[in-house]
Amino acid sequence: MTTFLIENMAPLMFASLIIVMLLGYPVAFALGAVGIGFGLIGIELGLLQATLFQALPERIWGVMSNDTLLAIPFFTFMGLILERSGMAEDLLETIGQLFGPVRGGLAYAVIFVGALLAATTGVVAASVISMGLISLPIMLRYGYDRRFASGVIAASGTLAQIIPPSLVLIIMADQLGKSVGDMYAGAFIPGLVLTALYAVYTMGVCVVKPSWAPALPAEARTMKEPNGDTGTRSLLVLFVLSAIAAVLFAKWYYPPGAPLDEMIVVATSMGTAVAFFSALIGKALKLNFLSRLAERVVFVLIPVLALIFLVLGTIFLGVATPTEGGAMGASGALIMALARGRLTWKLLRQGMDTTAKLTAFVVFILVGARVFSLTFYGVNGHVWVEHLLSGLPGGQLGFLIVVNILIFFLAFFLDFFELSFIIIPLVGPVAEKLGIDLIWFGVLLGVNMQTSFMHPPFGFALFYLRSVAPAKDYLDKITGKLTAKITTGQIYWGAVPFVVIQIIMVALVIAFPQMVMVYKAGESTVDPSKVEFNIQQESDAPVANPYGAPATEGEKQDKANDTAQTLQDAFKAPATAPEAPKK
Amino acid sequence: MNALIALSRAIDRLNERVGHAVYWLVLAAVLISAANAVVRKAFNVSSNSFLEIQWYLFSMVFLFCAGYTLLRNQHVRIDVIAGRLSPRAQAWIDIFGTLFMLLPMSLIIMWLSWPVFVQAFERNEVSTNSGGLVIWPARLMIPIGFLLLSLQGISELIKRVAFLKGLIPDPAQKQHEKSAEEELAEEILRQRGEQA
Repeated sequence: MTTFLIENMAPLMFASLIIVMLLGYPVAFALGAVGIGFGLIGIELGLLQATLFQALPERIWGVMSNDTLLAIPFFTFMGLILERSGMAEDLLETIGQLFGPVRGGLAYAVIFVGALLAATTGVVAASVISMGLISLPIMLRYGYDRRFASGVIAASGTLAQIIPPSLVLIIMADQLGKSVGDMYAGAFIPGLVLTALYAVYTMGVCVVKPSWAPALPAEARTMKEPNGDTGTRSLLVLFVLSAIAAVLFAKWYYPPGAPLDEMIVVATSMGTAVAFFSALIGKALKLNFLSRLAERVVFVLIPVLALIFLVLGTIFLGVATPTEGGAMGASGALIMALARGRLTWKLLRQGMDTTAKLTAFVVFILVGARVFSLTFYGVNGHVWVEHLLSGLPGGQLGFLIVVNILIFFLAFFLDFFELSFIIIPLVGPVAEKLGIDLIWFGVLLGVNMQTSFMHPPFGFALFYLRSVAPAKDYLDKITGKLTAKITTGQIYWGAVPFVVIQIIMVALVIAFPQMVMVYKAGESTVDPSKVEFNIQQESDAPVANPYGAPATEGEKQDKANDTAQTLQDAFKAPATAPEAPKK
Repeated sequence: MNALIALSRAIDRLNERVGHAVYWLVLAAVLISAANAVVRKAFNVSSNSFLEIQWYLFSMVFLFCAGYTLLRNQHVRIDVIAGRLSPRAQAWIDIFGTLFMLLPMSLIIMWLSWPVFVQAFERNEVSTNSGGLVIWPARLMIPIGFLLLSLQGISELIKRVAFLKGLIPDPAQKQHEKSAEEELAEEILRQRGEQA
């Protein structure tokens, strides 16, 4: 019995964890208790040092002083304030008006707004609720297929999981020991590709089953010119002019060979600013050179884009760390809610309350996981897992497929916090040994875990959609027609095509790692001629503070440093970023 | 039993007060961190103590709110199976979990982290970063946080036992406040009602 125990401690421990978690007691404490229980057994059997648990306070200390995790409350708070600022409602209505008259237009609007909300609020529940209450009734009124309508809403809501600044990417970066900035940069293109795949599916639906996604009739358009014109031409002209302004600016301001990402971000911001100020001047002077629709689109869309720039733009450009980006985003959200007259004391308190509770439960899962792993590593659990996984046929590909299938099924029961804290630390080291890029690995698993929000019957997005979709037949307010309810079966079946798209996307990320690898674009090749200058830079860079200094976040970061740029030019070095000073 | 129920109510009130006080630190952390970022970029100065205070605040939030989060029953559970059981069975699971999981873990961590605090306090340890903060207040947060959590565990234990004895209604059913999701849905409906 004792020998059996000693030889099989790791598998027994893992099996116990599963059983204990399935009991339904909070996961954080189940993890900790299994760690402590098996630790005591291990000490008793002489497998582990009696002083094992002395390491616990230091482990918790490590969680406390982790600057990356600080981004969790910041982005959570930002999302909670934004979701109540009325931004989502305005976006859905305006973009719905804009795209509505096209076949499948409302579905495209939902997907587009879903992506915008993902890049700002980043809360799946909030996106799904807003879309379910605002877009779904309109889709039903004009005869959209119920399954398709609910599927597209649930799926677009889950984009918040993969498009930065998502929480799961922060946790994944932390657990894999990578920088959050790189993880965000790596997830960006897959997020856009996935959004495009949803749109392609909608296009396919419009061709194969046009009756599922009809165009809105003319009377559904409320935003019209006095003469009955739709006003889209005016918007188009404004868009083209801003685009020209952006391109001219980029040509004028940047020498050839300037870093592309920075150029794109800055030029886009310039173009957007041109559109915004022309609309503003037009409104202030009552010149009326813009149609109502164009004006509305500009005023609704641009603050959102500005917020995205404030957070993601600064992170990608390396001006801010993700933690700072989160804090700026949260401040921006407060200002935006204030400007819209939606910021009340009650909302502020609720936002802080929910943020505090979410932070506590997320970080406590991590604390529990650290207690668990103390014992698990002590009994060589990582060796056991590595043995299990590295023996798989097919090398890298075989490993990736098995891990993805494992996560896909575990995601039926575990949410992404649990998966990231329990499973990622186990499979991450094996992935690294197999030579898999950990950012690629993290983004891949992120796409996979996103699925857990939509697969029936436990998917959270489906649950929230159910809570707001009409559960009884109702009289439509505008047409006065009796409209049938949405059944739970329709919501479940509607999600299935999107789960399939998700699986296709996982396969695409495996097949085309280049989508993720662009994060390396800004990285330097070490150049001996720069070494000296790096040292100098360290002396004036905030190297004395390892917390929050952008230099510690990744090598791209210093690009924004003007002194660095000037010095670099003086050295006639290639236009790559210098090596960042290390912690 | 009545005395115990009174104790449980007192603990609930304590953790509620702590939670409602500590959540302001979320706002403080946001503002300090945003200000740090702006000041660092604009004037190229930064202070280690202001950077360290960010994670002091963060730690206080998650450690001191752990008990409050338990009071609100917001620690994540896997309720695939447990969700289908009767309220009585769920109460038994919570009693078992509190006695054999939450309390042992919290008490061990409390017991081990106290000497670490005492040491930091006696030596008056200061952060190794120049201009950094004094360490002992952060070290003290761990035992306090787990004390609050243990107390809440005891309160939940009392409530579950009282429920099984039929003295109080099911504590797991008690809805304290509307969730953020419900609030959002109501607000959207209200706004749309006004328009129509």
